[in-house]
Amino acid sequence: MKDLIIPNDRDMGTPAKTGAPVTLEIDGMAVTVPEGTSVLRAAAEAGIQIPKLCASDNLEAFGSCRLCVVEIEGRRGTPASCTTPVTPGMVVHTGSSKVRKIRKGVMELYISDHPLDCLTCSANGDCELQDMAGAVGLRDVRYEAPENGGMVNHFEARNTSGEANPEWLPKDDSNPYFSYDPSKCIVCNRCVRACEEVQGTFALTIQGRGFDSRVSAGNAGDDFLASDCVSCGACVQACPTATLQEKSIIEMGTPDRSVVTTCAYCGVGCSFKAEMNGDELVRMVPYKHGKANRGHSCVKGRFAYGYAHHKDRILKPMIRDRITDPWREVEWDEALSFAASKMRGLQETYGKKSIGVITSSRCTNEETYLVQKLARAVFGNNNTDTCARVCHSPTGYGLGQTFGTSAGTQDFDSVEQTDVVVVIGANPTDGHPVFASRLKKRLREGAKLIVVDPRRIDLVKSAHVAASHHLPLRPGTNVAVVSALAHVIVTEGLINEEFIRARCDWDEFQHYAEFISNPRHSPEATAMLTGVDPAELRAAARLFATGGNGSIYYGLGVTEHSQGSTTVMGIANLAMLTGNMGRPGVGVNPLRGQNNVQGACDMGSFPHELPGYRHVKGPEVRKVFEEAWDVQIDAEPGLRIPNMLDAAVDGTFKGLYCQGEDILQSDPDTKHVAAGLAAMECIIVHDLFLNETANYAHVFLPGSTFLEKDGTFTNAERRINRVRKVIPPLNGYADWEITQMLANAMGAGWTYAHPARIMEEIAATTPSFAGVDYALLEEKGSVQWPCNEAHPEGMPLMHIDAFMRGKGRFIVTEYVATDEKTGPRFPLLLTTGRILSQYNVGAQTRRTDNVVWHEEDLLEIHPHDAEVRGLKDGDWVRLASRAGETTLRAKLTDRVSPGVVYTTFHHPDTQANVITTDYSDWATNCPEYKVTAVQISLSNGPTDWQEDYAAQAAQARRILPAAE
Amino acid sequence: MSPEKMVHMANQIATFFKTQPGGDQAARIAAHLTDYWEPRMLDQLHAHVDAGGKGLDDLVIAAETEIVKTHIRA
Repeated sequence: MKDLIIPNDRDMGTPAKTGAPVTLEIDGMAVTVPEGTSVLRAAAEAGIQIPKLCASDNLEAFGSCRLCVVEIEGRRGTPASCTTPVTPGMVVHTGSSKVRKIRKGVMELYISDHPLDCLTCSANGDCELQDMAGAVGLRDVRYEAPENGGMVNHFEARNTSGEANPEWLPKDDSNPYFSYDPSKCIVCNRCVRACEEVQGTFALTIQGRGFDSRVSAGNAGDDFLASDCVSCGACVQACPTATLQEKSIIEMGTPDRSVVTTCAYCGVGCSFKAEMNGDELVRMVPYKHGKANRGHSCVKGRFAYGYAHHKDRILKPMIRDRITDPWREVEWDEALSFAASKMRGLQETYGKKSIGVITSSRCTNEETYLVQKLARAVFGNNNTDTCARVCHSPTGYGLGQTFGTSAGTQDFDSVEQTDVVVVIGANPTDGHPVFASRLKKRLREGAKLIVVDPRRIDLVKSAHVAASHHLPLRPGTNVAVVSALAHVIVTEGLINEEFIRARCDWDEFQHYAEFISNPRHSPEATAMLTGVDPAELRAAARLFATGGNGSIYYGLGVTEHSQGSTTVMGIANLAMLTGNMGRPGVGVNPLRGQNNVQGACDMGSFPHELPGYRHVKGPEVRKVFEEAWDVQIDAEPGLRIPNMLDAAVDGTFKGLYCQGEDILQSDPDTKHVAAGLAAMECIIVHDLFLNETANYAHVFLPGSTFLEKDGTFTNAERRINRVRKVIPPLNGYADWEITQMLANAMGAGWTYAHPARIMEEIAATTPSFAGVDYALLEEKGSVQWPCNEAHPEGMPLMHIDAFMRGKGRFIVTEYVATDEKTGPRFPLLLTTGRILSQYNVGAQTRRTDNVVWHEEDLLEIHPHDAEVRGLKDGDWVRLASRAGETTLRAKLTDRVSPGVVYTTFHHPDTQANVITTDYSDWATNCPEYKVTAVQISLSNGPTDWQEDYAAQAAQARRILPAAE
Repeated sequence: MSPEKMVHMANQIATFFKTQPGGDQAARIAAHLTDYWEPRMLDQLHAHVDAGGKGLDDLVIAAETEIVKTHIRA
């Protein structure tokens, strides 16, 4: 049965406030609200809906529509209730005959310039203008066009004589997901304010004055697509009429019910209402009670869900004996028994440890738990790893060592109270857009920003946001920069000694202080290697240490390095040195790449850890699971993804079950990955599409999308959010069912009837999840682990009075240059990243209209580097490293420094990972994606590798027609 | 895994622990290796050390000895 949630989404008119209680009287009722609350909201709290058009509770009051006017005893006139704050003892009348008359007059004016095509309008049934006309009892419009004065409206293209109406503008359909119909605009300003206040892009404005006022995207001549609009959907959501409307609504009609679920894109983990019309998904709307996103969204979560119905999606299981054969569609039974007998056969021939699994950071906690359980309980080994290996494994190691737990310390709300933000190796406006909007809001309120990134990311300077300091370091020198920041803080006496004495290991601190004070860590001494201006670095360090609540947000630009784990420890040191821990507005916050990276790590996906980050060597931990699962658990760690591939090439690793992850495209050194995959005898790919890895697979198990199953995702703030089934799985089964069927085909005898049962097992075996169950999630909406007897409602902030491990540890962070060095053959450094409209390897987003924003990966090159090589913007360039070469088009920009080039890895034809090397983090083997020495030169088109690859892929994707 | 890659990875670990205070670096490297390296990787390390340990940091060799002494296979 479907979980149906009817959320209470009533718009309260203006934002909630937090002042001291104030009591007033509205329509004879006593109402108590926080100081600063508007009369409009106070009335709404009391259940009185004052008519309104320009007000919305996610925007500051604007006071333009004049519909929410009220009478207040002792005050003259009829003030707008949205802009009038409550005062003690105030007596308000919201429905006097005077205000009713005013409202009717206002509505009459609005409707005089609005088409009366309500029945065929796409907003029919979901139009606030229509609702308000009804609410005020408008029955007549007296205003008419003057007989000889031409048109005086915006909505008729021509007058009755056939003359064009200069005030009329055509629809703008340039955005693939929504349309802008100027003829229906009432100029309430909500879209413009949403773009500014909620999204922070400032792409929209009101052009002209008075009767000429028009919503306009970008500059004159721009349409929505050409403007700065990032298609987050905030304006569409804010629009009270059909002016800004989802194209899906225009096509399919208004939804009749909604289900609250969680986005399956980035680690922000936004809550959405999946709005349904029958069994059809009509649109996704950000859920205002979602605690990660607070009612906001980005172009991916809001609009890019069409991949679920894309023609490339595979819905039938398929098998083949050799990867050179075409695929053969078979029934589930046949596919599963084929897979099970192959895997068991491999174990018989090559030993118990010759097969393994890769769990997915895109799948649910419950699914991930089952996949690692498959390895540990059914395969009988610890060969389980997850794609978090290649993104945030250093976070696990680094924060585990310093604080005692592998997770971010704050919730996203914390950013509202921060004063100085350090963003290191992250590009939130592209990678974590909803968090970026919340951050930018705080920056516009006056918080300061320090960006440490080789590229001039958008946050460094964009509308109404500018970083106080940008430290454009050379890729690979994170540790040197972080240590130099610490050096300044320690040597200039800016540490928080009280915090350190109370909360950290004092002996370790003293050793660390001595180490970091050494002049070799000073910004001046390290400038030659980092390329960072020492004066800027010193100023940044002082700002962070003295500017109030200091928070650090970091991403894969920190972790994906040979010294990834060391940088994470360096970041922890900075937070501890300055006492920025254990309260709102501070902390260390890893921005997780995929939706369930945190969850995949929590669920024991790593080969050395059982669920809850407990090493497999611990007999007491193994005992918990041995009793629960009735098996013997191997006490030795298993293979990590890169180790699996090495072992495959060596001939000792032969079989892999890979769920929802495309290691061939996403892992570094594609040639090595391909060699590893080609050496295996049974690869089971469980995915939505025939991804690149599937070119080497023998079994394809079709997967289900997040819309088609129940479960939970855990976002970057440790928040466990429910994923709810909104449509039945098109492939027939949810992914957890498929893993269970595979396990059972191998003799497991699992009998989970619902993901809730799996969560019960997780709670029973994993202390930090002990209090989590679906009933609690239903009641609270979400909880942040640890959730157990000590913290029955979870823990938004960690390490409040003490670190999870007791005393915080300062760890010495010596800079070690990566072995990936530039030289005469490869004089440039390549670093990689993401773009807003695309997600990860692009398997999902490339199969949506998001491609209009990014249809190919481009190589960003500084004009100087381009000029000396004779390259122009748009040229095909050959990009070569010691690992391989590819071609892509050049984009000349000074966002990158001379000597640095940058690209994304969203497209398999580019295969940026042909270039990246197999160097990795010393502690975790997280690949060094962010630093590769390369050379670039003019090219005529695709390399031999790209052509061979495309040919092999086409060959490997052939599917035999189903047998009759 | 190629011997060069294995040596590189082991030496990277040694490079980190070398910078840490205290006199137990070899033991800490040994602990890191047994915590994170799968047995066949450790076997490769043992074999490489037995064959002369070419390219390995001295501390890795000391750690390997420690592993041989203390790490009892389950």
